[in-house]
Amino acid sequence: MFTYLFFLYCAVMIVGTGLLAITMRNPVHAVLMVLVLFFHMAGLYLILGAEFLAAVQIIVYAGAILVLYLFVLFLVSLRDEVKMDRFVTSAWLGRIISVGLAVSLISMLPTFVLGQKGHWPMAAVIKATHTKALGMEMYTSYILPFEIAGLILLIAVIGGLVLAKHDTPTTIEKS
Amino acid sequence: MINTALVSWKAFGPIIPEMFLVCIGLFLIGLDVFSPKRRELLPWLTVIGCLAALVMVAGEKNIVGFGGMIIADSYASFFKIICLLGVILAALMSEHFRRTEGLKQGEYYSLMIFSAVGMLLMASAGDLMVLYLGLELMALSIYCLVGLPRNDGRSAEAAMKYLLMGGFASAILLYGISLVYGLTGTTDIAQIAKYTVTGNLLENPALLAGLGLMIAAFCFKVAIAPFHFWTPDVYEGAPTAITAFMSVGPKAAGFAVFGRVLFTGFPQFHDQWGILLSSLALLTMAIGNITALSQTSIKRMLAYSAVAHAGYSLLGVLSGTAEGLSATMTYLLTYGFMNMGAFAILVLLASPGKRRESLEDYKGLAKTNPMAAFLMLIFMFSLTGIPPTAGFIGKFYLLKAALGAGYTMTVIGLVVFSSISAFFYLRVVRYMYMSDPQENIALDFTPGISAVLGIALLGVLGIGLLPGSVIGQAATALLGQ
Repeated sequence: MFTYLFFLYCAVMIVGTGLLAITMRNPVHAVLMVLVLFFHMAGLYLILGAEFLAAVQIIVYAGAILVLYLFVLFLVSLRDEVKMDRFVTSAWLGRIISVGLAVSLISMLPTFVLGQKGHWPMAAVIKATHTKALGMEMYTSYILPFEIAGLILLIAVIGGLVLAKHDTPTTIEKS
Repeated sequence: MINTALVSWKAFGPIIPEMFLVCIGLFLIGLDVFSPKRRELLPWLTVIGCLAALVMVAGEKNIVGFGGMIIADSYASFFKIICLLGVILAALMSEHFRRTEGLKQGEYYSLMIFSAVGMLLMASAGDLMVLYLGLELMALSIYCLVGLPRNDGRSAEAAMKYLLMGGFASAILLYGISLVYGLTGTTDIAQIAKYTVTGNLLENPALLAGLGLMIAAFCFKVAIAPFHFWTPDVYEGAPTAITAFMSVGPKAAGFAVFGRVLFTGFPQFHDQWGILLSSLALLTMAIGNITALSQTSIKRMLAYSAVAHAGYSLLGVLSGTAEGLSATMTYLLTYGFMNMGAFAILVLLASPGKRRESLEDYKGLAKTNPMAAFLMLIFMFSLTGIPPTAGFIGKFYLLKAALGAGYTMTVIGLVVFSSISAFFYLRVVRYMYMSDPQENIALDFTPGISAVLGIALLGVLGIGLLPGSVIGQAATALLGQ
């Protein structure tokens, strides 16, 4: 019962702060909303018995990544908002489509049935401890996706450097 | 109690081409950083690296690795060959493009190779997780490539739009995958098909919703209407060589994933996705071809034509037969050649400070540069689908496959919209041959661009005159899997 209530609380908070994060005008407020969102995500992981993921969620996302966001916001003065033309000119068309999509997705939810169980039921995870179970799966069955994810991070670093590096044409011409 | 096991290098057999390409990509970055004077070698090293990978891919024979996560069968290698050809042609084109646009970053070629790695992984993905990660790897590299020219506001805007829309599409894909995973308990594509039967999920609306969300995300990646809104802006804003690359490689990889997921993962749902895709194909052909009519920029016109051609290619997939899929595969290869050729002419005509992307710039090209005009004529004929070019053969097989599967309306749509497309493709030809030249453009046939034009011409005429060999290749690729 308690876990169910806790889940409901986390779910409502995640959706609510998510909505606030995309509607708030002040970017610092939006980032702080995302911070609250990340904490409640960690709460969801705790319900699932994934304490390692919960800790990582708080340390990496809430601790490191959001602080980086805040630094960017403080260092780069975002006076003027970036504005893009709408792809579809009528805002109402967009609202109708999104409401329709939401209604159809929610209406199919009751038909959801849980599929076959994997190799790690809750008891086995608790017995082996979560961190060990995660490590064993990650470095054996899921080694390939793990390595590809590493490659994606490499691209992110290279891409960030390439896009952020300021061309100094004079020095290039000289050399 | 920690068990240690020696890494068996044999396990990495199925991804040797990918690992090789990653090494090449890293080597190119190193070369660029430590020896900037050798920068002009980069495109040639890219080409050599991709050719080597191409040979490795062509030699692959039905290996399954990593517990079914990687399936390196001949279906995958056909798509891999299209993607690698795309990288090779784009790199050769960039060799010329670099001089006119002054792109100095050496990371350009590495990013291109890394995105190719993503495409190869997508083509042989047997698991939804690998599929998603390959897609992100490809997309992330391309976002960076689109935004590379920093002094051009157009490309910054294009990169931004592409990143936002791409992120949105990825979220939709993940939502679909998570629904399917929750219902079946597996991310292995072949296992999903088995469990939908044993788990009694054939009528389940939630599974259909998951499948629908995944199809929407794939449609975004290959620019099928109504998910095509990003295409014209991004294609126009990106550097031309990258636009050419985007219209071939990622599109082929997207269709590879389309075919794999629908044919291996959800074959029992053909009744549903067949009808859905046939209406999407009709809509795509209509929007692509009709909007292309009113374009004055050739680059934007080719962007809408890319949308229309995605609609044509869908015809083979929706038929749900091996024959149809092989027609799509052939068409994508054909489209790669003819589109690369048309974009190469665009790159050839551009000179520093002058893009020459509007229709007006092509007036009287036949009088000043008969060679370039003649090549453009062939590529435009092929895009329209006039025999004896490859475009005709490709469309013919798509038409046959869709007719065989009973989608008569879609086939009628293809014929009607192809004849509409003749107007804007042949308008370019009319401007080139029947108008007086505006200015005398001196063209510079560098080795890179000449090679692209040569290969594209060879491909377009080769497939057009000897269609049997390529169709046969695509068919055996499917039957051999």
